[in-house]
Amino acid sequence: MKVFFKIALVFAVMLSFAHAEAVETLNGAGATFPYPVYSAWAFDYSKVTGVQLNYQSIGSGGGIRQITERTVDFGASDAPLKAEQLLKDKLLQFPAVIGGVVPVANLENVNPGELKFDPDTLCKIYLGEIKTWNDNRITKLNPGLKLPSTDITVVYRSDGSGTTAIFTNYLSEVCPAWKEKVGAGTAVKFPVGIGGKGNEGVANYVKRTKGGFGYVEFAYAKQNKLDHVQMKNKAGHFVQPSFESFEDAAATADFDAKKDFYLWLVNAPGKNSWPIAGATFILLAKEKTDSNKKVVTFFDWSFKNGDKKATELVYVPLPKSLKDKIRGYWKANRLQ
Amino acid sequence: MARTVKKNPVDLVFSSVTAIASFTVILFIIGILYVLMKESSLAIKQFGVFRFLTSTDWNPVTESFGALTNIYGTAVTTILSLVMAVPIAIGIAVFVTEVSPNYLKGPISIAIELLAAIPSIIYGMWGLFTLSPIMGDYIEPFLKKTLGTIPLVNFLFQGTPMGIDLLTASVILSIMIIPFTASIARDSFNLTPDVVKESAYALGSTHWEVIKDVVLPYSKLGVFGGVVLSLGRAIGETMAVAFVLGNNHRITSSLLDAAATITVTLANEFAEADKDVYMSSLFYLALVLFVMSFITLAIAKYFLVKAERKYSR
Repeated sequence: MKVFFKIALVFAVMLSFAHAEAVETLNGAGATFPYPVYSAWAFDYSKVTGVQLNYQSIGSGGGIRQITERTVDFGASDAPLKAEQLLKDKLLQFPAVIGGVVPVANLENVNPGELKFDPDTLCKIYLGEIKTWNDNRITKLNPGLKLPSTDITVVYRSDGSGTTAIFTNYLSEVCPAWKEKVGAGTAVKFPVGIGGKGNEGVANYVKRTKGGFGYVEFAYAKQNKLDHVQMKNKAGHFVQPSFESFEDAAATADFDAKKDFYLWLVNAPGKNSWPIAGATFILLAKEKTDSNKKVVTFFDWSFKNGDKKATELVYVPLPKSLKDKIRGYWKANRLQ
Repeated sequence: MARTVKKNPVDLVFSSVTAIASFTVILFIIGILYVLMKESSLAIKQFGVFRFLTSTDWNPVTESFGALTNIYGTAVTTILSLVMAVPIAIGIAVFVTEVSPNYLKGPISIAIELLAAIPSIIYGMWGLFTLSPIMGDYIEPFLKKTLGTIPLVNFLFQGTPMGIDLLTASVILSIMIIPFTASIARDSFNLTPDVVKESAYALGSTHWEVIKDVVLPYSKLGVFGGVVLSLGRAIGETMAVAFVLGNNHRITSSLLDAAATITVTLANEFAEADKDVYMSSLFYLALVLFVMSFITLAIAKYFLVKAERKYSR
């Protein structure tokens, strides 16, 4: 009995401590893609302010549903919502961080970053019209490279994902045939190829298959040392995927606070812009002013102090001009 | 009987507790069925039953959904895995009950039960990183070169061997269901009365004849029940298959092509399904799976009950 009382006492003390601190918690749910950077920011933020963030990475669709039903303080989505939907569900929206999508190949005698692609070639490969690596539409762009006659094994994401949404939005933007035949979305009906589960699945298949060709998030292209390609952007320049080229895309793209930043960050007009990128977004419920202010304070702090952490995790921080636009948007909605 | 229960308060409490426990299960089943029907009602309204079950279209962009590719993938992987697993499982059961020396029975039984205890996500990762390269680099090119040249079966081995396909998925599934079939088969074999076996030996039967003519016929219904139970497991298996099947919504005749099963589609697409019809169609798929599992389990139960009656006679 004595032991029992001791245990009960310990529990009582622990409970009272937990109660005394009464940790302030922000609840968020949504996209899996930004989860690592949000939790890294939240960890640093809680050390400074004591405010904790409970972020559940249940997927963008789930994030949108949960904020629409008002069960969380903020939702997160890789796909921006259109102004009409925001109006209908009384939501606010702003971008938080940027990710890039990089086409990668597995070719012998080709080093990462050597292979050059233009939008049309990329599209034709994914439509199944270009079937081998020595097709003259590819060799024409790469006169210095010896490309084999191997079949191109196209790899795509088998699971619904923001990565696929960015990639297919890019193809729809630059290639009318793609837009008409396939379209854009988190999961689409790919005309050719095999599906890998997750970025790791796609990276693994490309790595294993000679002549493999897929698309992965920037971080995976870096980590797996796959042959990433140079893309010809809207301005007609060939660019390498890098922090600078993603940031340039975000800085030159026309993010408009009046449209709640609705924009697919693809085919950005800048001279050095990487064309296949996307912002990931935060959604707030318009009427929940108190909790919104707390969420906004968190992201404001992260915008000021979190860039280094984001780059460490291979995310692209928002450029300063865009951060200022977002702060203006917060002020306009009386959240700051 | 009922009257004696009422007289004793402990018995009354006991029987009501067990009754409540059992009714909870029924409540859960009804609850799940209700949610599946409610959530899929939008898709049911839009696509109907027949069209949904027979359409091969699965296109989130145009919001047109049909279940046939998923049902096909589920059926092919399930049947193929049974074809591979059942002979091995029965072999194991015969060895353990009739052939093996006593000191081997323990280790083999434990090994089989351990196989059943491995979580399916582990099978999935192992399949992706170990089995799939082996299948894609060695086994499938070999099959394509040999069986792929024989008329009538060559259509099964077309395409580029990648290791992410129906065949690899079926191999993983078969490894996963071997323990179920093997342990049920073993238990059924053990039900064969020793008297009958000894009589057969006394009449001069060989070891093989006893197994073939006494043990197997005696336990075939039990074994069949076990097979159908494994079928239920194979139909519902998700993570192990999701990594090596490719989630490709096409019906292909070749076993070396990627495909999709109902569970794989659910696991892959549920989190990012952003439109109402899309979400609803996924629930509809789950409902189809629910009905399929229900039917297989009902069949299994029927045969097991029949088998039990036979033994008790």
